[in-house]
Amino acid sequence: MVGITSYGGYIPRLRLQRSVVYAANAWIAPGLFGSAGGERSVANWDEDSVTMAVEAARECIKGFDKEHIDALYMASLSFPFKDRQNAGIVARALNLREELESADFTSSSRSGVSALAAGLNSVQAGSTRNTLVTVGDRRITKMAYTHELLAGDGAAALMLGTDDVIAEFKGSFTITSDFIDHFRGQDEPFDYNWEERWIRDEGYFKIAPRAIEGLLNKTGVAGEDISAFIMPCPFGKATHKIAAGCGIAVEKVADNLHKVCGDTGVAHPLVMLVAALEKAAPGDKIIVASFGNGCTALMFEVTDNIKRVSGIKGIQGCLKDRKEDQNYMKFLAHRGLLQQDLGMRTEADWKTSLTALYRHRGQILGMVGGKCTKCGTNQFPKSNMCVNPECNAVGTQEDHEFADKPGKIMSYTGDLLTFSPDPPAHYGMITFADGGRGMFDFTDYENGKIEVGQTVRMVFRIKVIDQARNFIQYYWKAKPIINSEED
Amino acid sequence: MADGIKDKVAIIGMGCTRFGERWDAGPEDLMIEAFEECLQDAGIERKQIEMAWYGHCISKVGTGPGGTALATALRLPYISVTRVENFCATGTEALKGAAYAVASGACDIALALGLEKLKDVGYGGLPAFDSGAGPLNSQTMPNISAPGSFAQLASAYRAKHGISYEDLKKAIAHVSVKSHANGVKNPKAHLRKPISLEQVLGAPIIADPLGLFDCCGVSDGSACAIVTTPEIAKSLGKTDLVSIKAIQGALSNGEESGFNQWDGTGFATTRRAAKMAYKEAGIKNPREELSMFECHDCFSITEFVTYEDLYISPEGGALKDTMDGFYDADGKIPAQIDGGLKCFGHPIGASGLRMIYEMYLQILGRAGDRQLKDPRLGLTHNLGGFPSSNVNAISIIGRYE
Repeated sequence: MVGITSYGGYIPRLRLQRSVVYAANAWIAPGLFGSAGGERSVANWDEDSVTMAVEAARECIKGFDKEHIDALYMASLSFPFKDRQNAGIVARALNLREELESADFTSSSRSGVSALAAGLNSVQAGSTRNTLVTVGDRRITKMAYTHELLAGDGAAALMLGTDDVIAEFKGSFTITSDFIDHFRGQDEPFDYNWEERWIRDEGYFKIAPRAIEGLLNKTGVAGEDISAFIMPCPFGKATHKIAAGCGIAVEKVADNLHKVCGDTGVAHPLVMLVAALEKAAPGDKIIVASFGNGCTALMFEVTDNIKRVSGIKGIQGCLKDRKEDQNYMKFLAHRGLLQQDLGMRTEADWKTSLTALYRHRGQILGMVGGKCTKCGTNQFPKSNMCVNPECNAVGTQEDHEFADKPGKIMSYTGDLLTFSPDPPAHYGMITFADGGRGMFDFTDYENGKIEVGQTVRMVFRIKVIDQARNFIQYYWKAKPIINSEED
Repeated sequence: MADGIKDKVAIIGMGCTRFGERWDAGPEDLMIEAFEECLQDAGIERKQIEMAWYGHCISKVGTGPGGTALATALRLPYISVTRVENFCATGTEALKGAAYAVASGACDIALALGLEKLKDVGYGGLPAFDSGAGPLNSQTMPNISAPGSFAQLASAYRAKHGISYEDLKKAIAHVSVKSHANGVKNPKAHLRKPISLEQVLGAPIIADPLGLFDCCGVSDGSACAIVTTPEIAKSLGKTDLVSIKAIQGALSNGEESGFNQWDGTGFATTRRAAKMAYKEAGIKNPREELSMFECHDCFSITEFVTYEDLYISPEGGALKDTMDGFYDADGKIPAQIDGGLKCFGHPIGASGLRMIYEMYLQILGRAGDRQLKDPRLGLTHNLGGFPSSNVNAISIIGRYE
């Protein structure tokens, strides 16, 4: 049996209230009123599609033997790098072995499910055993544009394999069509969109049904037997019409999370799929369809193994872990849409030494420290001489992962002198109970809710962006745990 | 084990510029200003200087790397000049080099000069860190500032000793109020205004809990010393000699920042260097024997925890001593009688020598309005880096008896 064996989802905590976006733009774009309800998820300034994918994937691979993961795909329309494999960054952050098949999927709204289909095909063909598919998007839109309200940020990850399958892959069907509802030319920062009514009538209503009907015919499943129909779509109840046309009951159409999250781009079909799996029962048949230069539809049937899934925060957990945000100016600034005077301190040169980065890739990207084989002391960062003053042995360090260890705050400050895109910059010394410590930036913190002794979770984030060369430095940060719901 | 350099080196001349925002002066002007005073004080000729140590820290905004800036500014006659840099402890390192040269017999007369020209940067505070911190550090260290690194002492100290935010904030405010009161009396000080406790507590936060008045000035300035042996000093006709009783250093080795032992409430290095310095100087009980000291009060909290690290206040006793006025100008052991880094200012490479300059003036009874009664032994504590990784240099000077 081939299918999904594990899942993970990630929606960032911040939820921009659409009403504030509307209020700021109503003078020039009163038509936004129709989309001004609810809230959209917003990545923190130090999150992008890669960091969010890492967070979703960490949850997905929990309990898996990393040695058995032999392929990793990532899909996004907002990859931080045009030329540097983004899947490779995810793999490095997860400390997957280097004997790994990997690829980036992009260039179409459909690329998330394309990655999923490719992963399933690979497992089905026996080329790979356990394929990790990650998707993440943090799309940048122009101010006062409908999609600024419709979009959200988020990520998902699915493990595909043959053992302990929780949702069996039943088949896929794809229509490829150069239907251009929007496009983004080389080096263009923003999408260019065509008229919505044409996109809906000629695109969604004519192309999507061909893929879905094709899938139903191919699998021999009747539309009425579908338990959940997942299809992101910006046009209100258009998916109801598509479902009904294919014999699928309208109440089986999955909520597109517009009110609570927004459309997370290429991640969204998988985000919605994860959300569906979280409440699925054995025997459920799920269709995931994704529109974009054609349409791809996949079908899964949930197995008894779904009952064994537990302890995953998932999309539902992330949706509950939210913080309302009314600061539209900050949202724009963090997306580089405002020219601000940030002061001379931001003129510092953050050129990255690629040689040093590669040499220390375990430490920097994977949060790998050391463990002394002589005295057993854990140390972070790893150095070739043991840090234990009673030992100081040389050449006795073996790799030791720190990312999933809960840390504790030993000392901290909130710094208003140093530059931070989200001042005050909080950082401090984090200690790990069984050895190792380090000075780390904090992220996703709340002013006044930090104290010595507090538990932190380490998260993979953007450390700094070298503006001169447009290179993103990633590193690990400490996220203070505010609610007891986590770890 | 070696018995150290106690009384093997005499300081025969010192000089120090006015510290501050010296828009008027370039690095070479500051060096000449300090040097002229120093040379006159020593009563020797420039050509008698045989070797020199040049302490200069942030060279990218100062004189660049190397020692030629000093040799050129002072037109030294083709002698050895060694540039030293050890974070904010650079000034004491320069004196150490010169003192060791004299003590070892490598030369008879040596110069130590510290210099920093920070106000050509264009913004307040120390220059921001960037990839100049090194190819690995710049990828792993938080974008930390000096106040942000030292402010963390407060959070850890409070947690360890169970002190409320307000009580500690008030105690460290007292530290700054005291130093401002002292700075008023120092014509060379950068900041010469008295401040009230309420002003300190109400000032804008720089790095929590440190507010504006918990942070020292960022200044331009230079300070220097000419050293020789006591015997040569006497042969030059010098009386009332001031001699070096101890110079010791201790550097972090990664234990504080990498091994789960240090608790972040003070300085492991200060404790180690202080013990060694007291031993070298023959001091058994610093609380009773020291007349005064200048510690590295880059931030009020640094001075506060240093009271304990120097073994003057007992463990956990800094708060009581501070509030009792133990370190005030009229207290048992005045600290920062010249205003300290807080008010005299902090031109990094010069600061260690500035501290020694004040101890030297006090011992010779030349400290003007702020002269203490009959001081005999003065300690300087010069610190660079961050609490979790730092350079420590301690010197003790006193009357040559």
